[in-house]
Amino acid sequence: MTREVQDACKAGIPIFIGYIPAAIAFGILSKGCGVTLLECFLFSAAVFAGASQFIALNLLMAGMGPGGIILTTLLVNFRHFLMSAYLSTRIGRIAKRYIFLIAFGVTDEVFSVLSFKRGQLSMTFVIIVQISAYSAWVGGTIAGYIMGGFLPEILTKSMGVALYALLLAILLPEIKASVTALILAVASGLLNILLIKLDILPNGWTIIVCILFIAFAGSFFVFTKVQEKNYE
Amino acid sequence: MNNLIPLVLGMAAVTYGPRLIPFLLMSNREVPKRMDAFLKCIPAAAIGALIIPGVFSATPDMPMAAISGMAFTMIFGLWKGGIIIPVLGSVAVTYFVLFCGA
Repeated sequence: MTREVQDACKAGIPIFIGYIPAAIAFGILSKGCGVTLLECFLFSAAVFAGASQFIALNLLMAGMGPGGIILTTLLVNFRHFLMSAYLSTRIGRIAKRYIFLIAFGVTDEVFSVLSFKRGQLSMTFVIIVQISAYSAWVGGTIAGYIMGGFLPEILTKSMGVALYALLLAILLPEIKASVTALILAVASGLLNILLIKLDILPNGWTIIVCILFIAFAGSFFVFTKVQEKNYE
Repeated sequence: MNNLIPLVLGMAAVTYGPRLIPFLLMSNREVPKRMDAFLKCIPAAAIGALIIPGVFSATPDMPMAAISGMAFTMIFGLWKGGIIIPVLGSVAVTYFVLFCGA
C-alpha cells in the first residue's frame, strides 16, 4: 500500500464511523414514514446529503409538496457551493476529467478532510475518502431500513459525536500552526449561535451567512499578509 | 404515499448543481489574489459553524457527554495529533459518560 492510500484510509475511516449511525437513523426513519426501500436507497444514493434528507422526511410528513421540499433542499445544501468553490482551486487543475464525479461527493465532512490535507491533493486520495463516505452513507441507510435499530441506542448516540470530533481533529493542526484558523472558526461559531438565536434565516442559511461573512472578513487579514510577503 | 422518485431526483439535482457549478466555472482560470484569500478562509469558517452550536445538542439528553468527548479530541489532538484516535476516543468518552449517567 502506498503512503497515499494509507493516508486516505486514515482520513476516510472517521467519516465512515461518523456516517454509519446517521445513515442507520435515516433508514429507520424512512421506513417509519412509509417510504419504500427503493426510494429510501435512492434518497441516500442519489442525493447524498445528510441534513437535507432528514428535513425532507419531516416536510413530507408535514404534508409539504415536492416543489417546497426541493426548494428547501436547495437552500439547505447551497453551502456546498462555497465548499466546491474552495476545492476547485485545489482540485480543478489536477483532475479536470473527474470533476463530475468529485463534485457529487462534496459533503461537509469530505470537504473538511480534503481542504486541510497538506500539500497537493491527488485523485487517489480524493476518491478513497469519497468512497468511504458514500459506502457508509448508502450502506448504513439500507442496514437501518432492513434491520432497524440493531446497534444499542446508547452506542448510536455516542457515535453521533464522531462527526463533530472529526471536524475538530481536522482543524487542530491548523490552529496549532496559525492563530488565524482559530479566530476564523470561533468567530464563525459565535456568529452561528447569534444567527440561530435571532431566527430570521431559513434552515441551513445560518451556516452560509457565517462562511460568507467570516471568510470575507478574514480575507482582508490573509490578503494583507499575502501582499506583505510579496513586497518583501 | 405517492411515488417519491421524482421528488428524490429533484432533490438530487438541486444538491448536485451547487456542488458542481464552481468546478465548471473555476477550473480553467487563475483565481485573483483577493478571491483566493477569501476562498482560503472558507474551510476554517465552515468548520466553526458546522461544529458550533450543533455539538451542544449532539447528545440532547446529556450535553455534557458530547462536550466531554470533544474535550478528549481537543486534548489528544493538540498533544499527539492524528484523526482516528481523537475521533474513536471521543466516541468512547461520550459512550462512557452516557453509560454512567444512564
